[in-house]
Amino acid sequence: MGVAKYIKNKADAIEKVIYQSGIEVKPFYGPKDLEATGFDYEVDLGDPGQYPFTRSLHPQGYRSRAWTTRQYTGFGTPQETNERFKYMIAHGQNGLNVAFDLPTQMGYDSDNPKAEGEVGRVGMAVDSLQDFEIAFKDIQFDHIGSGLTINAVASIMLAMYQATAEKYGYSKETISATPQNDILKEMIGRGAWIFPVEPSVRLVCDTIEYSVKELPRCNPVSICGYHIRESGATPSQEVGFAFEIAKSYIDNLLDRGLAPDDFVGRFSFNLNVYGNLWEQIAKFRAARKLWAKLLKEEYSVTEKKNLFLRGLFGGGGSGLTKEQPENNIIRGAYYGLAAALSGAQTTALCSFDEAFTIPTPRAALLSLRTLEILMEEVGLRDTVDPLAGSYFVETITKEMEDKIKNEMTRVQKMGGMVHAISSGYIQREVARQAYEFEKSLQNGEIIKVGVNKYTEGEQPDVEVHKYNDSWVGAQISSLKALRRTRDNQEVNRSLKALEKTSKSQNNVMPALVDCCRAYATVGEMAGVFRDVFGEWDEPCLF
Amino acid sequence: MKDKKKIRILIAKPGLDGHDRGAKVVSLALRDAGMEVLYSGLHQSVDQIIAAAVQEAVDVIGLSIMTGAHLPICARLMKDLEEKKLSDIFVVIGGVIPKNDIPKLEEIGVKGIFPGGTRFEFIIDSIRALF
Repeated sequence: MGVAKYIKNKADAIEKVIYQSGIEVKPFYGPKDLEATGFDYEVDLGDPGQYPFTRSLHPQGYRSRAWTTRQYTGFGTPQETNERFKYMIAHGQNGLNVAFDLPTQMGYDSDNPKAEGEVGRVGMAVDSLQDFEIAFKDIQFDHIGSGLTINAVASIMLAMYQATAEKYGYSKETISATPQNDILKEMIGRGAWIFPVEPSVRLVCDTIEYSVKELPRCNPVSICGYHIRESGATPSQEVGFAFEIAKSYIDNLLDRGLAPDDFVGRFSFNLNVYGNLWEQIAKFRAARKLWAKLLKEEYSVTEKKNLFLRGLFGGGGSGLTKEQPENNIIRGAYYGLAAALSGAQTTALCSFDEAFTIPTPRAALLSLRTLEILMEEVGLRDTVDPLAGSYFVETITKEMEDKIKNEMTRVQKMGGMVHAISSGYIQREVARQAYEFEKSLQNGEIIKVGVNKYTEGEQPDVEVHKYNDSWVGAQISSLKALRRTRDNQEVNRSLKALEKTSKSQNNVMPALVDCCRAYATVGEMAGVFRDVFGEWDEPCLF
Repeated sequence: MKDKKKIRILIAKPGLDGHDRGAKVVSLALRDAGMEVLYSGLHQSVDQIIAAAVQEAVDVIGLSIMTGAHLPICARLMKDLEEKKLSDIFVVIGGVIPKNDIPKLEEIGVKGIFPGGTRFEFIIDSIRALF
């Protein structure tokens, strides 16, 4: 039943419940259980808005401000993306979350043979500044925050975002962008990596360092336990691995002479709401606390706001099913509830049709409405952290803290996340968990309504996004026209400068902004990095 | 049915997509079923997949495709295998495969088609039945 192991007796009564992170749940909890964990209100919780922020980052929680909603957008051409942005903003969304197509994510131009069949398929195709100018036309850069869902070439996209904003008259100090920019999680799950581990981490940290110095309103990295979880990791691994990834970036930045208080406040996290309701709530509460403790105790961070675990708690993709897809609307509401009960600062839900197609506007809007209903109708803004003090929730929050720490210790023993990924350990471990989960689903130990229980008739079909060759042609012809009409001397000069910077220890960002302004293409800029850094040789052993 | 030699299979991820949970999970299931499983890693071209299949002398290539590009990729792979006189290597596929495409894949010679959610036993039995 559900995303946990349930052991039943002959009378179908539940004898044992074991969560994915390994926590065994008792039939009931009382004061003694909480006492046994060593629970102390001041040390473990503190009031909302007080260290270690287990209860909430802000003293008033959702009373002072409801969560920010950020449904994933980005479709085909820059023009279509622009229309979708305006639609979502008109319907009350206050942040954009931009999806890019795979060629862009992998640093190839739309006319590269490797891009064939993929241009604009899973997101917007971006070849040059010209495309960003269209996509972000009439967007108020100083009001709307944009999540740029891209990693290997996040540095290029952030540079392009700045160049676009400046072109529309916004100074770089006023823009707010959150490039995902977490390459280490791409190497664990999702797979949109290009360069070897070390230069990849350098690019992430160049982006962070540049933002700290030049882009005061940008959060230059969003560390994604989310995709690690989607790839099969348990909730405690999701958070433990995400924190170890964050430490790899922090250590790189410390080597550059930055102080933790200069930059950790700019880190945000993307964590998954999918799973057992209680385990998720315990995970988010424990994560807020552990992150604050880690920064304070290991990195001597002093500024209160820099201790906040900010981020998006949402999604839930792997919980959705293509069978009986309307059930996903109900699932989404409960995932949203888990996020609200955990005090999520920003959230978004996967749309109910995402298990079998690219979300339709109607389905994306329904997800947004689900989140609005939770905030406006159900009563989730009434009081902060309503589950605090529950014998059960507090006990498992303490237990979750230990489980997360154990995962972190295992990675540390391997010499940190860079080593654990280079050796393939993390990838093997996540694949093993995914395999165990799939076996449990197939043998009925884990129940999925409509999939292995309460099934109905014919299985619905998946829908492969039909893809419009006519605008692929248009995208490619406008790219070719650009290559003819731009100042190619200026392009070559800026690319040479980028090459020189890439080979040095200097930050690549100013050179990238320069390349973007000259209308150098994504493929040209990433091509410089490919020449200088090479490509990653992924460990493929099980 | 081969009984002396273990079935050797290359699980391969063609194209730019990096969602490899399915590929890895099926690799582990086939390995537990006693096959020798090699995994190509991500971002492979058809040429690279064929070269790896020859190098490792595999009996089966198992493609994992989630992007909807399964028809052109399979057509290309089947044609190249034939041209290189490698048609004794069986090709099977898993991933996001709409029902309407199954006959089309069968027609070009794909020997096993396993859309997401197919049970491990079915995949294992289907591959064993090829020998």
